[in-house]
Amino acid sequence: MIVASVVVLLVATAQENIAKQRIATGFGFFDDEANFAIIQTLIPYSETSSYARALLVGLLNTLLVAALGIALASVIGFTVGIARLSPNWLVARLAAIYVETLRNVPLLLQLFFWYFAVLRALPRPAASLSIGDAVFLNNRGLFVPALSFDGMAWLAPIVLVMMVLASRVVSTRTRAGTRWLDRWPRAGLIAFGVVSAAGILAFTVRAEVPALTGFSFQGGVRVIPELMALVIGLSTYTAAFIAEIVRAGIQGVAKGQHEAAQSLGLSRWQTLRLVVMPQALRIIVPPLTSQYLNLTKNSSLGTAIAYPDLVHVFAGTALNQTGQAVEILTVTMVIYLTLSLLTAAAMNWYNSRLRLQER
Amino acid sequence: MQRSLLLSLAGGLLAAGIAAPATAAGGDTLAAVKARGYVKCGVSEGLPGFSSPDEQGNWSGIDVDVCHALAAAIFDDPNAVRFSPLNAKERFTSLQSGEVDLLSRNTTITIQRDVALGLEFTGVTYYDGQGFMVRKAAGVTSAMGLDGAAICTQSGTTTELNVADYFRANGLTYTIVAYEKEAQAVSAYDDGRCDAYTTDQSGLYAQRNKLRNFDEHIILPELISKEPLGPAVRQGDDNWEDIVRWTLYAMVNAEELGVSSQNVAEMRRSESPEIRRLLGEEGSFGEAMGLSNAWALQILRHVGNYGEIFDRNLGEGSPLKIERGKNALWTKGGLQYAPPIR
Ligand SMILES: N[C@@H](CCC(=O)N[C@@H](CS)C(=O)NCC(=O)O)C(=O)O
Repeated sequence: MIVASVVVLLVATAQENIAKQRIATGFGFFDDEANFAIIQTLIPYSETSSYARALLVGLLNTLLVAALGIALASVIGFTVGIARLSPNWLVARLAAIYVETLRNVPLLLQLFFWYFAVLRALPRPAASLSIGDAVFLNNRGLFVPALSFDGMAWLAPIVLVMMVLASRVVSTRTRAGTRWLDRWPRAGLIAFGVVSAAGILAFTVRAEVPALTGFSFQGGVRVIPELMALVIGLSTYTAAFIAEIVRAGIQGVAKGQHEAAQSLGLSRWQTLRLVVMPQALRIIVPPLTSQYLNLTKNSSLGTAIAYPDLVHVFAGTALNQTGQAVEILTVTMVIYLTLSLLTAAAMNWYNSRLRLQER
Repeated sequence: MQRSLLLSLAGGLLAAGIAAPATAAGGDTLAAVKARGYVKCGVSEGLPGFSSPDEQGNWSGIDVDVCHALAAAIFDDPNAVRFSPLNAKERFTSLQSGEVDLLSRNTTITIQRDVALGLEFTGVTYYDGQGFMVRKAAGVTSAMGLDGAAICTQSGTTTELNVADYFRANGLTYTIVAYEKEAQAVSAYDDGRCDAYTTDQSGLYAQRNKLRNFDEHIILPELISKEPLGPAVRQGDDNWEDIVRWTLYAMVNAEELGVSSQNVAEMRRSESPEIRRLLGEEGSFGEAMGLSNAWALQILRHVGNYGEIFDRNLGEGSPLKIERGKNALWTKGGLQYAPPIR
């Protein structure tokens, strides 16, 4: 409450002083044409779009990086964390080296490394690396075929879902029967579903393959190097912290649990998956949440490598072109705060589901 | 990132005048500068010819000389200046918040900046226009050939907006890669991230020298915009605005009247009433601005006239060898024209 009223007071004073300095104020500029282009837009946007739309474009770009980064960081983090506890000395050492290196080099430096050193070293468009002449990698980005669905493509998932449902019905009906009788109709139905869905897709999906025309590749989906560098940099960095959290989580599960599971004859992998992990997650999730939050906030470092996130597009270009620092920074901070609160709320919900159910 | 957001917030609040700098909003900048003993001058982070530091951290360039001239007018000491390097994004906030007394940083005069940012522009140090640089190997000879090109530039500039206008008006497609730091935009272009690099044409000449093989690049003939570059001060301190304005005018008038750093001592004995007024032998314009009447004399003695600062920073006496062109005096077919000192 006190903080809120101080903020309100500060903003009011600020507004007054700004008016005195004859600097434009208010949110009227939101509807004005932005007049600048943005390199990556997930929704239709042009120079004639409004500042409000530019804000949305920037926000979606931030969300994209955050989502990709969180997914990738989790995969790498869990893998490395588990690897650190591997009985294999080499694997454990490598995982430890990974953690120590990535954790101790400033993130901005790592982003510069990926962007200016690694991705810049890629060839020119004309000399692209390519996979099957459909996927191309060069210093302008990664170009992959775009899929376009037309006509009856929507039938494919429906057929598949229907066949899977049908197989369920069959399997309950034949429950009384012998095992192989139980299995065959199910497998048959699912196989039929897969084949016919694939057949439908083969006729209704067209892939638009990128082609080199003029300066660069046209058509297909383009992943800009700024996005690649940011996702790689953010996720490998955050993964180092997640790995430590995962290791601590696993080590936090009572030793007796391992031993009990092993004496039941479970393999090392089964022990981990069925006995240890479910308990470890309770320890892992709270600190994991703060890593996810960090990653989201750190994504604004993308500004330094020209990735058009919220800070770059809105708190950067839009701020500079309109000069309305107070309004723009307030909106930007409110958005980051909301994102953080939403992430935290989602993770709290997940955490409460993991808690021991008292019966 | 928290740091950068916090910093920008701090910047924003500063801009808002919460820190209420003594010099902001109608304050007496001249009194503050005199009490402090030096001028705080906002320049670029490094644009040869306009403002760039050498290895020892000494600044030079035409924008830097404007700051020296101002210091000479006030203190009779051209070195009573501290320079603050500012990137395109930081510059206006820095001026608004009172961190610098003037911005002399290749900044284009536009109506938006004049009326909505609480700034006042005091004249044109350099008439420029925006151009493009491309690799010779691309075989492009005109900006119209840039359809589909990736274009590197600095964010927070008029450059970013002009590109958008130009390509839209001509129905060309493009992708813009906008960097915060000029050096990054240039190196990105050099490394092949972009097909073209765009900025004020003077900047293209200056930056081309930084490229690995500078003769592999050409500057396209088109100028797609008007970029009158000049110093800016905060709105609301009319006297300070006058001082900065007449500092530049004094240098332009001096060139027109043939007064330079070389001959200023003899010129004091000149019979010409115009020269006598300029050098403070007649009239008391300096005192009216709170300076000494020898203010312009001090500028000329320490820094020189407009022709001299142009020549040593941008023209024949510099590595850039830019022609006077539009920046010649109006009497020589150019646009540089200063109201009379009378
Ligand atoms: N005149 C334009 C562009 C000014 C500008 O920032 N130019 C760049 C490119 S030449 C620059 O000087 N960068 C140097 C720096 O950021 O320190 C404007 O006022 O917006």
